[in-house]
Amino acid sequence: MAITVKVMQRPESGVSYLRAAAKGLAITFSHLWKPTVTMQYPEQTSTDDYEISPRWRGTHRMLTDEQGRAKCVACGLCPQICPANCNKLVPGEDEDGHRYPLIFEIDEFRCVFCGYCQEVCPEEAIHVGVHYENAEYDRSRFVYDLERLCAQTHPVSSLWDPSDPKGE
Amino acid sequence: MTPELKGYLVVTVLKMIVVFSGTMVGVMMVVWAERRVSGWIQLRLGPNRVGPFGLLQSVADGLKNILKEEVYPAYADRVLFMLAPAIAFTSAMLLFAVVPFAAPLPITFDFTLPILGQFVYDRVTPMVIADLPIGFLFIFAISSLGVYGVVLAGWASNSKYAFLGAVRASSQMVSYEIALGMSLIVIMILAGTVELDDVIAMQQDTAWLILPATFAFMLFAISALAETNRLPFDMPEAESELVSGYHTEYSAMKFSMFFIAEYASIITMSALMATLFFGGWDIPFTTWDDVRVGTAGVSSEPSLVKTIATLGVFTFKTILFVLCFIWIRWTLPRFRFDQVMALGWKVLLPSALVYIMVIATAVWVLVDVGEALSFMDEMILFAINIVVIGVVLLVVDRGRLIVGSSAPLRARGGA
Repeated sequence: MAITVKVMQRPESGVSYLRAAAKGLAITFSHLWKPTVTMQYPEQTSTDDYEISPRWRGTHRMLTDEQGRAKCVACGLCPQICPANCNKLVPGEDEDGHRYPLIFEIDEFRCVFCGYCQEVCPEEAIHVGVHYENAEYDRSRFVYDLERLCAQTHPVSSLWDPSDPKGE
Repeated sequence: MTPELKGYLVVTVLKMIVVFSGTMVGVMMVVWAERRVSGWIQLRLGPNRVGPFGLLQSVADGLKNILKEEVYPAYADRVLFMLAPAIAFTSAMLLFAVVPFAAPLPITFDFTLPILGQFVYDRVTPMVIADLPIGFLFIFAISSLGVYGVVLAGWASNSKYAFLGAVRASSQMVSYEIALGMSLIVIMILAGTVELDDVIAMQQDTAWLILPATFAFMLFAISALAETNRLPFDMPEAESELVSGYHTEYSAMKFSMFFIAEYASIITMSALMATLFFGGWDIPFTTWDDVRVGTAGVSSEPSLVKTIATLGVFTFKTILFVLCFIWIRWTLPRFRFDQVMALGWKVLLPSALVYIMVIATAVWVLVDVGEALSFMDEMILFAINIVVIGVVLLVVDRGRLIVGSSAPLRARGGA
C-alpha cells in the first residue's frame, strides 16, 4: 500500500496570525488587574470559592462515649471489610461480658481511604476524617493505635447517602 | 605609571564594578520579575515568600545552586563541558561594556596613597566602560561568541537532547544574527556612525530613531527574541520536545551560569533597543540633559544630578522592554522549527534587504552628502516606514490582516 499523508482540511482563510497574536497579548495584559485565584495554603485553608468537602476521607478517628472509652465493641467487621488489610484488631472481653478492643491499630500507609470501615461500623465508632495534614518525622508514627485514634479531634467524614446524593 | 594613568585605571575599575554588579542585580530582578509577571498573567501570585514580595527568591535560588552537587555525565568531554558555561557567561557579561547607561559625569580627584602613590583624574567621564569606536559592531562580535557556549555545551554533554538543542540553537542564532545586523544597517545610514554615544547624540538632536526606523525596530525586536532564545523562539530549550535543550546535563552553578547568561543577554538586548531606537539615556522633550563630551553644539553642563536622572530614565526604558519580553513569552506559543527558519530566511532577511534599499534611497533623495537629517526628513522617513510595515504585515499575514475573518464560500462549503 502506498504511503499516504493525511492533510487536515483547515479553513485557509479566517485566520489572521497577527490579529490572533495581538488578541492573545491583550488577553494576557488584561490579566494584570484580574484577581488571583491562589489560596495561600499554610495561612489559608479555605477561600470564598473553595473549601474542603465534608465527604473528604482522610485519617481516621475513633469516637468515644461519655466515659471517654472508645465506642468500638470489637465486632471485627472493619478488619473484615478493609480491602487494604490495614486494620489490626484483637478483641477482649471484660467480666460483664462487654467486648472491647485490646489492640486496635490502623496502618495509615496501607490504608486506601475507601471509608468502608466507617460505613460498616455498627456502633459508628471508627470514622474517616476531614483532615489532610498528616506529616510525621518517622515511618512508625503512621501506625495509629487506639489511644491516638481516640485523641483525634478533626471533624469526621459524612458518607455519601444514595437516597440523598447531593447532601440535601 | 603616571598618576594620570593610575587615576584612569581606578575610574575604569570602578565603572566595571558598578556595571557588573548592576547587571547581576538586574538579572536577579529580571528572574524575579519574570516569575511574578507570569504569575499575574496566569492569575496566580508567583514567588512571594522570600523577602518582601518574594524579592529575595533569586538569592535563595542562587544560594541553593551554589550548594548543589556538580554532576558530570559519564561520557562527557570534561574540558569542554566545564568551558561551555564560562564562554556563555563571559560573552553575555561582556556585552554591556559598550552600552552607555547615563549622561557623562565630571569626576575629579587627586589623592596620594602610602605605597601606590599619587592618583590624578580630572575629566568628564562617559558613563560606559569601554567607549569603543566600533560601537555596536562589538556587540555583534561578542554575542556571536555566545553561540559557542551553547554549541559546546550540547556537544560536550554527550546527550542526544542536549545535542539537538545545540544544533537548533546554533542554526537559529546564526540565522537571526543576519536579520539583526541588517536592521542596524539602517541605523548606520541614518546616524552615520556605529558609536552608541553618537547614535544617542543624533537622537537628541532630531527625533528618536523609532520614528525614522520603525520597521528596523520591529526586525530588531523579533531577532532579539530569537537571539536570546526566548519564546516564541525557544527552540534550543523547548522543554516539551528536548527536556531542556543544551543545558539538559548541567547542574548546580554551571546551570546557573547559562541561566544568568540568558537573562543578562535579555537585559542587554533591551538596553540596546532603548539605546538604538528610544534615545538611550535621553530624557525626551528637554535639552537639559544633552551632555556631550568634547563636541560643540547643543551641550549642557555635566553634573551628578543629570547623570543620576538619565540613569533612571535609561533603567526605566530598559525595564519596559524587559517586561515586553516577559509579556510576549507568557502569551505566544512556540513556533515549529521549520517555521522559525522560514521566518528568519524567507521573511526577515528579504524584507530587511528591501527595507535597507528603500531607506537608503529615501535618505539619498532627502539629504545631501555629509548633511545631517532634519526633523522634517525623519517625519518623511516615518511615513515611508508605515507603508513598508503595512506591506510586510499584509504579505506575512496572507492579506487577512485587513480583509477580516469572514471565510469565502469556497472554504466554508468544504473542498
